[in-house]
Amino acid sequence: MAPVLELRGITKRFPGVLANDHIDLALEEGEIHALLGENGAGKTTLMNILYGLYQPDEGDIFVRGQKIQVHSPSDAIAAGVGMVHQHFMLVPVFTVTENVMLGAEELRPGGFLDRKKAADRITRISQQYRLEVDPQSYIKDLPVGVQQRVEIIKLLYREADILIFDEPTAVLTPQEADELFKIMHSLTEQGKSIIFITHKLREVLEVADRITVIRRGKVIGTVAPAEADQNLLASMMVGRDVQLELERSPLKAGEVVLEAENLMLADDRHQVAVEGVSFEVRAGEILGIAGVQGNGQTELIEAVTGLRTPLSGRIRLLGQDITRASPRIVTELGSAHIPEDRQRDGLVLAFPVMDNLILCQYYLEPFARGKVIDWQKALQVANDLIEKFDIRTPNALTPVGSLSGGNQQKVIVARELSRPIRLLVAAQPTRGLDVGSIEYIHRQILKRRDEGVAVLLASTELDEILQLSDRIAVMYRGNIIAVVPSKEATKENIGLLMAGVMPEKIQAGASSGLPIA
Amino acid sequence: MDKKPVNKQDAGKVLLEEISGAAQEQQGKTRIGRILLIPVLAVFTGLVIGGIFIVVTTESVYAAFGQSFGAGLSEALRTVWNSYVALFTGSLGSPTRIITALQSGDPLEVRRAFNPILESLVASTPYIFAGLSVALGFRAGVFNIGAEGQIFIGAATATFVGYAVKGLPAIIHIPLALLAGAAGGAIWGLIPGWLKAKTGGHEVINTIMMNYIAFRLSDWLLTGPMKRPESFNPVSPTILDSAKLPRFFDDPIRFHMGFFIALAIAWVVYWFLFKTTWGFELRTVGSNPFAGRYAGMNVARNTILAMTLAGALAGLAGANEVLGVNHNLAMAFSSGYGFDSIALALLGNSHPLGVVLASLLFGTLRNGATPMQVSLGIPNDIISVLQAVILMFIAAPAIIRTIYRLKQPAQEQPGIHLSMK
Amino acid sequence: MTTQAFHKKIETISPTRERIMGVVFLALAFSIYFFFSRDVASDQITKFELTPGGLTSVLPTWVLPSMGTLNILAIAAAILGGVQLAKGFKRYTNWVLAVVVALFVFGFLVWAAAGKSLNLGGLLSTTLSKAVPITLGALSGILCERAGVINIAIEGMMLAGAMVGALVGSLTNNWLGLLSAVAVGALMGLLLGVLSIKYKTNQIIAGTVINILSTGLTSYISAKFMQRYMEINNPQIFKSFPIPGLADIPFFGPIFFNNNLFIYAMFLFLILLHVGLFYTRWGLRMRSVGEHPKAADTLGINVIRTRYLSVLLGGMMASFAGAYFTLGSVGRFDEVMTAGRGFIGLAAMIFGNWMPFGAFGAGLLFGFADSLASRLAILQIEIPSQFLLMAPYVATMIVLAGVVGRGQAPASEGIPYEKE
Repeated sequence: MAPVLELRGITKRFPGVLANDHIDLALEEGEIHALLGENGAGKTTLMNILYGLYQPDEGDIFVRGQKIQVHSPSDAIAAGVGMVHQHFMLVPVFTVTENVMLGAEELRPGGFLDRKKAADRITRISQQYRLEVDPQSYIKDLPVGVQQRVEIIKLLYREADILIFDEPTAVLTPQEADELFKIMHSLTEQGKSIIFITHKLREVLEVADRITVIRRGKVIGTVAPAEADQNLLASMMVGRDVQLELERSPLKAGEVVLEAENLMLADDRHQVAVEGVSFEVRAGEILGIAGVQGNGQTELIEAVTGLRTPLSGRIRLLGQDITRASPRIVTELGSAHIPEDRQRDGLVLAFPVMDNLILCQYYLEPFARGKVIDWQKALQVANDLIEKFDIRTPNALTPVGSLSGGNQQKVIVARELSRPIRLLVAAQPTRGLDVGSIEYIHRQILKRRDEGVAVLLASTELDEILQLSDRIAVMYRGNIIAVVPSKEATKENIGLLMAGVMPEKIQAGASSGLPIA
Repeated sequence: MDKKPVNKQDAGKVLLEEISGAAQEQQGKTRIGRILLIPVLAVFTGLVIGGIFIVVTTESVYAAFGQSFGAGLSEALRTVWNSYVALFTGSLGSPTRIITALQSGDPLEVRRAFNPILESLVASTPYIFAGLSVALGFRAGVFNIGAEGQIFIGAATATFVGYAVKGLPAIIHIPLALLAGAAGGAIWGLIPGWLKAKTGGHEVINTIMMNYIAFRLSDWLLTGPMKRPESFNPVSPTILDSAKLPRFFDDPIRFHMGFFIALAIAWVVYWFLFKTTWGFELRTVGSNPFAGRYAGMNVARNTILAMTLAGALAGLAGANEVLGVNHNLAMAFSSGYGFDSIALALLGNSHPLGVVLASLLFGTLRNGATPMQVSLGIPNDIISVLQAVILMFIAAPAIIRTIYRLKQPAQEQPGIHLSMK
Repeated sequence: MTTQAFHKKIETISPTRERIMGVVFLALAFSIYFFFSRDVASDQITKFELTPGGLTSVLPTWVLPSMGTLNILAIAAAILGGVQLAKGFKRYTNWVLAVVVALFVFGFLVWAAAGKSLNLGGLLSTTLSKAVPITLGALSGILCERAGVINIAIEGMMLAGAMVGALVGSLTNNWLGLLSAVAVGALMGLLLGVLSIKYKTNQIIAGTVINILSTGLTSYISAKFMQRYMEINNPQIFKSFPIPGLADIPFFGPIFFNNNLFIYAMFLFLILLHVGLFYTRWGLRMRSVGEHPKAADTLGINVIRTRYLSVLLGGMMASFAGAYFTLGSVGRFDEVMTAGRGFIGLAAMIFGNWMPFGAFGAGLLFGFADSLASRLAILQIEIPSQFLLMAPYVATMIVLAGVVGRGQAPASEGIPYEKE
């Protein structure tokens, strides 16, 4: 029998990136097929192609042996394909019923909505698949886990039998995730087929019938959970590429520069994002913060740079309490910050390179005399920095938004590293950059470390963390679950920690005096 | 890409171009052209559309078309030609009249001949202030749609100081009255600015509301506390001579000091925005508030500051009209400046120099419209139509590009960054 | 590790709005006592005539002892304030606020008419007619904004409708005049749509373009033709006609059921729009486009088409409101005769929380302030009417500041939709 869904040779190119490289994938009826890969491996691109949000450059899609064309979500829905998006596609001010029926409304004569009929159908579906939900509630009042159920019901309501779950557990508590897995099993028992996109090893082993691993847009292989363990999957996922070894001098850690104690932080939606984290960074060392995106790193970085006020806890910079200090005070104490979202926080894209280079010092000598900015001086300094940091720009007055990503990041690096600093906070410093820029920025960070600057480096790129860090703190669900010295760190054990699994070796190490939060 | 460090001599020039928001090009020559291309085409197209509109609403053209197509066509062209000739002689003066006047040597004749162009400058003056108000707001990321109300309040406070504060020499009285106008407008800007910064209430709605509150307030003032005692009309007492902005010529020329004050203020705004740390903060927060916060700037304070300054500038527009032209406050004297100033700011790319140029253009059009109305019977409201069409083309340059088959620039001009939320 | 608390919602201890409201209620109660009750003589009486329109009164004049009534009102408001402070009315707080404000307003009337007589019927009747253009303008705003397009051009669209209605109405008949007015509104809506949806122009600027353009065009045509040739500025007005049966209801009959086309149409549109928005497929889809266009898109709803349809309807509604001035009330077109009613409509829309009947309520409130203002002089009240006329704007700013609980603007309002 033909598979329910088959992708053959799907290829998708974005400018400069091969997101999907001849991907083949077959989904059998009634199975949960996990699509495993790191962030940026090409999973979501593939699914967006299947759902009609992107068009593939090459390749074909077959549903039950029939080749289909998917130009829009409507085509996908018509072919029985439904998707639970990572960011829910729900209208917060609508009820469950309204959200579910939207686009496939039950009508009474005259175009009137038949909410009752729809609600009855929703109730039936929710009973059949054990998806408890009150059709009358408003989405905005529902917990995230229930909202996800509504997304699932939306698909079942449209009689989809191929369901794509895009990182469904990213926003769930473990309890909610367990609940979701039960639901997924109950769905497949009743004949639905599921593609489960994730980067979490444990979940895959727990719930999938088959696992396809993709890395850098290519299928690495398909295995059954019985034949696999976490170590195997981790190595398939992250690869064993030979790394460019960076020269680094031996660690000469000095005094404590940055110190955090029992930090409790909320995210923008007022949810607890970091819960009771403590750590310290010493002069001349790099503390790497590893972790899957969304485990509290962003909030942690914002807190130590003054952009987010902690709910509780204490932060000290060079002995000074900066728990509630403004970004300016933190900067003036000698902290530099390479922000995670460089275009949002780090740059004013419409402004020239020059203005961006003085963004944190415009009010200080020599750029400002009183309240008047000395643009000649700024220009001179900007030209120097462009030269010194090898920023490729037509001139200092080019809007920074027209530079390449690598050069934009160099502008930030030049600005932050050109002043005397004691602490460097770098978040995702090389995300989305080309190899040359990555290497350049890595060297710059190492140089500061060797000069005695304390470096706090947050990255979701495991390679980067492993290459640069002296110690590695792994964040998982708002906590630092382990701090591993770099000589004990391997891709495998850090990868497992990032997935929330405590390898035995580390546990042994942990008990031998390593600080564990 | 080759790096070309900019030397000191070029810096000023390049800086000006950079400031005026032009996308940088490799070839220096095309830069100025690119800055001006869209505005010039927008104005030109606006005039063409205005001409078509005039033709369509002229009876004689229909009559001529009734005779023959050729007659109709020539009548249409003649109508448009006459209209714009009337508009521009009305606003700039007729060359023949100027020559005859100069030859005759009669001072009154000379004054009359030069009056149109000077009157255009008089009409441009409040535009400069009001346009600067909106432009400063745009640069700081706030949309000041309330210049109208701020002008009213500024006019009222300036008038009050102008007639009620007695016994001051002009050298003190004039600045005091101007300051009062600025302060009045500033308060009217401060309130919506504060509300935006502290409660998130959108400044567009709040400034519109403030406009109407200002109208009602001035209505009350003119029928109550500020009413001229001997008058039955809602009009304030005439301001004292010591508060009047000096005029440079005898009657009928009203050209007054305000124009030069406006130019000076435009320069101050330019200096403030582009040469001071305050201006740098304002523009940074306006262009990217997240980056502003990251760089240690206080976003809320800058929002409030921007709205306050914008209000002060609009208040000066009102003060200028009272102290320089009307010498009293009457009902609804400013109608339209507030909305026109949005067009001015956009046409001038929110740069003080651009605003001055746009104001001169709009002032000239406005001033020529009345003579055109008198001589040809074309209502001066045609100017609003022109302004609206020009504003539309500036706001949606893609339309102009479509009409003239221009290429989309590789990078969108860094224009105004406004969030609606 | 502790994951229990992860993702749990932090209880934000909000500065209890309940308590603030309680204080507000008490303050209003005190004001009724302090400013009104203490100001009337103990033997003064307030007479409210209940004769709307020209019809002879069926109901007897309502005679109240001024001070006694005011004291009762003050006590009632104080009790509500006390309960609010003690227990709080929870989600009914805003309704109770409305009640307390109503008590205050009624107190104001009792005070103002103390020792005199006020025609309450006439007051309500003018309130309703003043509310018509405001409400219709607000409905135009709702139509556009519920689909995610900000419409600050209601004023301009109104003016265009008023002018075209008068012009075509004079040349042909008032029905064709009305039809042309609505058609021109559709054109204006289309312009707003093209600018803000196709060219993704800033929607405030797009609205400003229309406002300036419309003011210019209508004033131009008015000055060039309509003020010169009176025969083209002399449309027939839609006459009032009673609804048989209903018009005979005492007091309310003449107020509500003896009106012209526009007032009946307003009620019809109110109901249609309310039902349409909340009970039909059209409304559900349109609101989803205004709230979360991407969600709508993933469910196969055409976001662009939905928005165009909405701004077209919105433009038609606004110009219909404009036609009220020339074809329903004044009978001729004058330059900028709408005098900011479009912007009050915008305020009413916000005040009414983007709901048709909410907007109607706001329209009535604003209309009431307007009609009361014109009566203050007759009653020889010291308060300048201008301050009463400011009330709608101040109230809107207060609402916008979130003091009375933040209204719910459509989430995607003002943001052009970009497909990936």
